[in-house]
Amino acid sequence: MVVKLYGQVTAACPQRVLLCLLEKEIEFEIIHIDLDTLEQKRPEHLLRQPFGQVPAIEDGDFKLFESRAIARYYATKYADQGTNLLGKSLEHRAIVDQWADVEVGYFNVLVHPLVMNLVIKPRLGEECDAVLVEELKVKLGVVLDIYENQLASNRFLAGDEFTMADLTHMPAMGYLMRTNINRIVKDRVNMNRWWEEVTARPAWKKLMKMAGF
Amino acid sequence: MVLKVYGPHFASPKRALVTLIEKGVPFETVPVDLMKGEHKQPAYLALQPFGTVPAVVDGDYKIFESRAVMRYVAEKYRSQGPDLLGKTVEDRGQVEQWLDVEATTFHPPLLNLTLHIMFASVMGFPSDEKLIKESEEKLSAVLDVYEAHLAKSKYLAGDFVSLADLAHLPFTDYLVGPIGKAYMIKDRKHVSAWWDDISSRPAWKETLEKYSFPA
Repeated sequence: MVVKLYGQVTAACPQRVLLCLLEKEIEFEIIHIDLDTLEQKRPEHLLRQPFGQVPAIEDGDFKLFESRAIARYYATKYADQGTNLLGKSLEHRAIVDQWADVEVGYFNVLVHPLVMNLVIKPRLGEECDAVLVEELKVKLGVVLDIYENQLASNRFLAGDEFTMADLTHMPAMGYLMRTNINRIVKDRVNMNRWWEEVTARPAWKKLMKMAGF
Repeated sequence: MVLKVYGPHFASPKRALVTLIEKGVPFETVPVDLMKGEHKQPAYLALQPFGTVPAVVDGDYKIFESRAVMRYVAEKYRSQGPDLLGKTVEDRGQVEQWLDVEATTFHPPLLNLTLHIMFASVMGFPSDEKLIKESEEKLSAVLDVYEAHLAKSKYLAGDFVSLADLAHLPFTDYLVGPIGKAYMIKDRKHVSAWWDDISSRPAWKETLEKYSFPA
């Protein structure tokens, strides 16, 4: 049975799930939910995702939302297929979870409003909050110093293998790297090395092609 | 060697503490003096590089991020105490879904209320009234979704209590207490019943009894 993913292929959260499905070699079908016309807020979609967001998945009778939960579900269910995204032991898995959770509380909390102001608002003809962008850049610099340090002694975020911890950062990082502030990553030696390596993966290249980036 | 949890008096570490107590896992706590800036000292940063609580040390093993600790404990001690991850992979998927809702959607506006109502003066920044109002509105909209969901489901992930429910305890305890907005919970019939249920669990009562911030 093919996984049905409701979302927009260019949006970061659906991309998180798509990247996981591609790494795990799981077949899927994308049902486009048009964010520009606020389709995600309409009653039909609210039945799938009561907070009015994308993505949501349907897999036979099984339904799930929250991209990181969906990614963890498939990584667990198909542990023996495709890339192992959850580490080799319970202790390793917990470190993977640790860095995946860091993405939520420290990384995305800054990158999301940065991308909103630098990419989305201009596209919608709205004014970018330049003061906020400067504040967020400073805070993100502090956070990325910690990532830089971690990646100085680790090839990937959770150790020497690519895991969910790296994957979960990639969609939003992709957006950040397409802005005019991408030096914040490029000027950090180990972050740059890590980003070049993870984006060389076939699954990422496939995803970028699907998204038309 | 017994597992150690750093910073027990604060809210986020209580996610880890309540899970350990539910699962009957022995542990010790190590206080961290945030007022004195202990969390920014090299010794603590070696355990938690972002300088926040909790940090957990289990022998040679170190782990931070309260929800990652919850998952670790729930999985490691799966065979003892309540199964906080559900029985099947699909159950676990629902647990992860609501655990993520807590982290991405419930927690951010509640954190704003916590910082600006409870800690602004102590931490030395001006309390932002506009942000407080917006955060309450956001949290209210989220709680409306919870109300509809909990009308059909006893607990967040199904008919069993899970990590998803427990993750809400520490900051919701602030909301109904020192933040002074208990009405946000009480005025919603199903959210209120769910809150009464999970907050009266012996493990949570023990957490509050032993690790509430000293007056």
